[in-house]
Amino acid sequence: MKLRANLIIGGALFALAIFVGLLAPWLAHTDPVLDANLMNAEEAPSWLWWFGTDGQGRDIYSRVVYGARVSLTVGIVSQLINSVIGVGLGLSAGYWGGWWDDVVNGLTNLMLAIPSLIFALAIMAVLGPGLTSLLIALGLTNWSFTCRIARASALSLKSQGYVQAATVLGYGDLRIMITQLLPNMLGPIIVIGTLGMGSAVLSEASLSFLGLGVRPPYPSWGSMLSEARDQITTAPWLSVFPGLAIFLTVLGLNLLGDGLRDILDPQSRSRRT
Amino acid sequence: MLSFLIRRILQTIPTVLAVVLLVFALFSVVPGSIVSTMSDDGDPQVEARMKTQLGLDQPVYVRFGSYIANLATGDFGTSFRTREPVTTMIAKRTGPTLQLIFAAMAFAIVIGVPLGFISALRPGSIVDTAAMVVAVSGLSMAKFWLGLLLMYLFALKLGWLPSFGYGDGGLKYLILPAMTLGVSPMALLARTTRAAVLEIMTADFVRTARSKGMSETRVVKWHVTRNALVLILTTTGLQFGALMGQAVVVEKLFSWPGIGSLLVDSVLQRDIPAVQGSILVVVLFFLAVNLLIDLLYGVIDPRIRYA
Repeated sequence: MKLRANLIIGGALFALAIFVGLLAPWLAHTDPVLDANLMNAEEAPSWLWWFGTDGQGRDIYSRVVYGARVSLTVGIVSQLINSVIGVGLGLSAGYWGGWWDDVVNGLTNLMLAIPSLIFALAIMAVLGPGLTSLLIALGLTNWSFTCRIARASALSLKSQGYVQAATVLGYGDLRIMITQLLPNMLGPIIVIGTLGMGSAVLSEASLSFLGLGVRPPYPSWGSMLSEARDQITTAPWLSVFPGLAIFLTVLGLNLLGDGLRDILDPQSRSRRT
Repeated sequence: MLSFLIRRILQTIPTVLAVVLLVFALFSVVPGSIVSTMSDDGDPQVEARMKTQLGLDQPVYVRFGSYIANLATGDFGTSFRTREPVTTMIAKRTGPTLQLIFAAMAFAIVIGVPLGFISALRPGSIVDTAAMVVAVSGLSMAKFWLGLLLMYLFALKLGWLPSFGYGDGGLKYLILPAMTLGVSPMALLARTTRAAVLEIMTADFVRTARSKGMSETRVVKWHVTRNALVLILTTTGLQFGALMGQAVVVEKLFSWPGIGSLLVDSVLQRDIPAVQGSILVVVLFFLAVNLLIDLLYGVIDPRIRYA
């Protein structure tokens, strides 16, 4: 029963975030960047300004709505990059073994030795701020877990009868990996991917908060909170809504991931954390 | 035990070397652009002089060699901005960061582990549901958002605690940053503990203990707790590393004078030696904690020593 609730609430929250991001131009009341008017600066939330306005008189509601685009783009795209890298390395390492397996293991251990946010920060430092840098920085630093799972599955799957049959039939390595191994490890990979999207959204917010994300004035939930910090005494509502948006999106992804795990990866139910 | 210890320490060395190489390589890709961003006016003569001063005119392998040689003596180089030795800068900030991380971890353990235990002993109850809602919320919140809310409530509205800064290093300055940083490991520990205890409760040795008439309290105390400890310890160890990463954000939010805020400030000012130094210190700390946790396993669970 609880299992369903996770999936439904999580799915609904995530769908809502996607919906808001896609329809931002129609949902927003004003332009998130251009419609600044000092006459309206620091208005508290009201019927006119749902979430209030910031120090430059910009509508927070519209900025939060547009901010969904940055967060979701970074969350989804960077996690896709991570999944592709993780599956590619892990699957091939588990299937081929030998020196390649050692190389991949070494790389994975190295990745695990550096806290991923610190690593992403270092990459941002080299590449400079911006959306592309964010996608690269977050897409290259969070694949180790996926890689481990893919490797372990490949190791256990390759001795299965149907994989051996495919070898005997003369399937190439690549074809075996993609048509025989990959479909059978997809469950846990999807679960990790969903949870990873949540942490990518959080990392993007953190980097933007530190001034290393999307360049202002384009709205990102993290950079909005960074501006909010300086005005917390005069305009506390600035701190509420972007954070709430991050919270609901990530909560949705976490619940969705948990729910999917119960369905797609039932063995891990007992060892879930 | 000694051979286990030595083997485990030796295993860490290649990782440390690889991290040093990586951190060095990352910032050697674009040395020219660093100088040009620093000199602003783009005068080629000024840039050339700066390069010589900073040693950036040497070939990469020479620089790497001298970097390693200096590192071996504990010299992280000189800050591009302040001209201060990076080692001194880091040394000054290690104390506050360790203080923050240990306080956050203590908060996480004191709240998270009992929460997980209570949930697991009464699965499906209101307490369990509430605890798990708290846990999943804690994991989904941006640290700095929670920090902002706490700051608003406890510092600005109630006026109980200072809103930011290190002050005299007193406890009241530590509370808000530590709580902010501690919430996600707390949530994770609660979930891990719950899962571990639930699993152990169905193990054969627990059934045996019960069937021989052992009281429930003793079963939990002697069998469940001890076995759950290994998993709890793993999570704690892994969280220490994650905390080093997240401390960056929390330190910045609360203007806490630690390694994290040094790292962010150095990144924003493109002070490469300081960036490299802070990252290395963070990674070394992370590896050291993991090593320590592995050694502790050996003490708690003798099976691991011989595996």
